[in-house]
Amino acid sequence: MYRLPIGEYVEQIIDWLIENLSFLFDAINDILLGIVEGFEFVLLGVPFYIIIPVIALVAWKITNKGIVIFSILGLLLIESLGLWENTMLTLALVATATLISVLIGMPLGIWMSRNDKLNDIIRPVLDFMQTMPAFVYLIPAVYFFDLGPVPGVFATVIFAMPPVVRLTSLGIRQVTKDVIEASRAFGATSRQLLLKVQMPLAMPTIMAGLNQTIMLSLSMVVISAMIGAKGLGEVVLKGITQMEIGQGFEGGLAVVVLAMILDRITQGLGKSKVSLSNNEK
Amino acid sequence: MSKVEVRNLYKVFGSSPHKALDLIKKGLSKEEILEKTGQGIGVNNASFKVNEGEIFVVMGLSGSGKSTLVRCLNRLIEPTLGEILIDGKNIVGCSKEELMNVRRKKVGMVFQNFALLPHRTVAENVAFGLEIQNVDQENRTKKAYEVLELVGLKGYEESYPSQLSGGMQQRVGLARALATDPDILLMDEAFSALDPLIRKEMQNELLALQERMHKTIIFITHDLDEALKIGDRIAVMKDGNIVQIDTPEDLLKNPADDYVRDFVQDVNRTKVVTAATIMQTPDSIVSSKDGARVAVRKMKEASISSIFVLNKNRQLQGIITIDDATKLVRENKDNLDEVIDKKIHTVSPDCAIEELLPLFINYSYPIVVTDDQNKILGIIVKSSVLAGILGEEGQNV
Repeated sequence: MYRLPIGEYVEQIIDWLIENLSFLFDAINDILLGIVEGFEFVLLGVPFYIIIPVIALVAWKITNKGIVIFSILGLLLIESLGLWENTMLTLALVATATLISVLIGMPLGIWMSRNDKLNDIIRPVLDFMQTMPAFVYLIPAVYFFDLGPVPGVFATVIFAMPPVVRLTSLGIRQVTKDVIEASRAFGATSRQLLLKVQMPLAMPTIMAGLNQTIMLSLSMVVISAMIGAKGLGEVVLKGITQMEIGQGFEGGLAVVVLAMILDRITQGLGKSKVSLSNNEK
Repeated sequence: MSKVEVRNLYKVFGSSPHKALDLIKKGLSKEEILEKTGQGIGVNNASFKVNEGEIFVVMGLSGSGKSTLVRCLNRLIEPTLGEILIDGKNIVGCSKEELMNVRRKKVGMVFQNFALLPHRTVAENVAFGLEIQNVDQENRTKKAYEVLELVGLKGYEESYPSQLSGGMQQRVGLARALATDPDILLMDEAFSALDPLIRKEMQNELLALQERMHKTIIFITHDLDEALKIGDRIAVMKDGNIVQIDTPEDLLKNPADDYVRDFVQDVNRTKVVTAATIMQTPDSIVSSKDGARVAVRKMKEASISSIFVLNKNRQLQGIITIDDATKLVRENKDNLDEVIDKKIHTVSPDCAIEELLPLFINYSYPIVVTDDQNKILGIIVKSSVLAGILGEEGQNV
């Protein structure tokens, strides 16, 4: 039977992209690198004894006492393991990937919620992004960008962005018809409808998407390390490859602690305001 | 000029409404058109006028097109054909800006399921219409507090809708509609989701508010009792058609067709039928200057046992019985004054049967219907009250 040469086509496309659009990739590289280094500058520049109280304060504002205590103890543990610097590098990577995901994903989700045709087109693309094994696009990412954090961010965004898109669209579509009708009856424009009614009501769902995106970003940490991203992933990878099981475990533990803190805080973010409206039913 | 006038309004749901319109004009029914073309008829050739300050009720069962009709009035649903004049200006086909302006300034709307924004406080919900118009924070909050006091929600301004009961939530809905000072209120089954007791309370409150505000209200309901209670006029809808527009009483007295007749037959007529409808002209009356003999003769002629006495201006003086009058004749007195019984019940012509009934307890004379100058308009005997309840009042007059 005839074999469709999909693989060859993909290679041709990638070659073409590298040859003709390298200026574009260079520009993206510079921007992403700038963002990562910006985060790194702040997170590494500020000492841990200031960052820990800041995170504790944020946790205290948004969540409860238990999570504040957990955050403080967890971060102190990381510091005592000597993994503080690596943790901050990882945090910078996750923050960059999340920022990019939100900047692209939220407008895309809003657009999808209002356009059924676009929704039908984008959904399989999102499936593709989430299920295609990361290694497949990791290598082209290295072709496009230099070794270092940028291809890691690129791969992480591909893997972690879909929940923000999906849940933004879902959240807006779930806003009940009657409040939309009421808003229109009072003369709201579609812009006012979006900003004053749909987005606020969709916010818990969008926040759930953001939470998922952050968690998925953290799960890409080790894979990103394979193409030169620094941070906890590097520690774990070194542990695995050099058979230093203890060190690998410590690195993994730090990822878990960081993940739990970020998870609880972003979950609290979604609940805080609209919790009142959920008492109803 | 009417405040709102609807002329030959049609709404067809589906992809090729004009095909359906042609069939409507050929006289096919809603079901036939749905079968042939797949187009649903929401509103079929509706025409009516609503006067300023009137409560106009549109009543019908679910699926009769009443909610579609009211949504056409502010074009939440786009009419297929026809004209809607608000203050004489056709809003069908007007520009987007003009439509926005009508929605923002002229027409307020109250919804069946309240449709409040759960993430905003009560005051913020009420101020929503003003916020949309870019009224500044201070003024819109002030207005919201004022309107909330008007609807009896003072003290709840900073609560969230979910913390309020259904009745209170709908008061917020009403306040939100009133906050923009619209002339016209559209109320879509506004009280239908409430408990019967709360619903009654809200109906009374709406009527009380209306006394002060004189808005033009178009009220949608499926509940005939509600329609009869609050409507100045009622339009009955069936299958997208308006089958009758009348005052509550005329609707009961002269149903336009069997559909309306079926609809109104179970109604509690004691609340709707008034004294004016069931009163009869008295068989005989005497003037106070007539003597006892004249009174006795008149009662004998009409075979009645008591007779009403009027003064020369036809104002009611009281009643005398045949026994008292005969006694006077026997004693050779002629002046009626000393035997006139002044303890008689009088009512105004718009008094409902419900209020008449208790007057008959321990009372054997007919009740007299008088105008505001105490002139007699008619009398009501027990049997005509019963006839009125049964809907046979026409045969007595």
